[in-house]
Amino acid sequence: MALTRRYFLVTGTGALAAAGLGLPALASATDDAIAAFTGGAPVADGGVTLTAPEIAENGNTVPIEVDAPGASEIIILADGNPLPGVATFMFGPMAAARSGSTRIRLAGTQNVIAVAKMEDGTFAKAQAAVKVTIGGCGG
Amino acid sequence: MAKGVKPRVKVPKSAAAGDTITIKTLISHKMESGQRKDDDGNVIPRSIINRFTCEFNGQNVIDVALEPAISTNPYFEFEAIVPEAGEFKFTWYDDDGSVYETAKAIAVE
Repeated sequence: MALTRRYFLVTGTGALAAAGLGLPALASATDDAIAAFTGGAPVADGGVTLTAPEIAENGNTVPIEVDAPGASEIIILADGNPLPGVATFMFGPMAAARSGSTRIRLAGTQNVIAVAKMEDGTFAKAQAAVKVTIGGCGG
Repeated sequence: MAKGVKPRVKVPKSAAAGDTITIKTLISHKMESGQRKDDDGNVIPRSIINRFTCEFNGQNVIDVALEPAISTNPYFEFEAIVPEAGEFKFTWYDDDGSVYETAKAIAVE
């Protein structure tokens, strides 16, 4: 069988998925940002829902949504961007749901991470891998 | 002040008391990230909106800190409680010190 473009794409993405999409290039800056947010407290998995597209064609506007019932603050980080910080949502007494949607820039294929500070002082996080076709850093 | 900054907000005109409503906001702003370079290779200085807040009758609904990774024309969607008739006040804070404000009144049925 000839190595068609489609065949190559299918096997290529399969191999990427198998490798767990690890892109730990700037993971330490992200870890630092998480530590600065939590003050070093342990971060549990679960309790946060992060909705992001699996594949984003344009890294300049990637729609994301976070929802963390019982959270007072949610920080969003992107571990493959030049600066990991994306946004911090702080909810006030008139917020009906601890959720928000926005559009973000992603420089390339990477993980988007949401860390929520719960009202009882604990922390939880969620992570989503986004494949970016065209990066959103200009230049 | 950045040119052509225009806030747009979508709030229902009325709601039942105690109802949850969805608010959508968009402000036109180029959100220069400070990462891009111009044709001569010089870094274009950062110029973004760094904070967005929404208040209902003086009480905070949401307060967002924005980083350069937020897209051009920052968009936010969130939910708020409407216990009584009143006014939603939206404020955006620019890096250059400008403050953009808009407000929407809501009635209770």
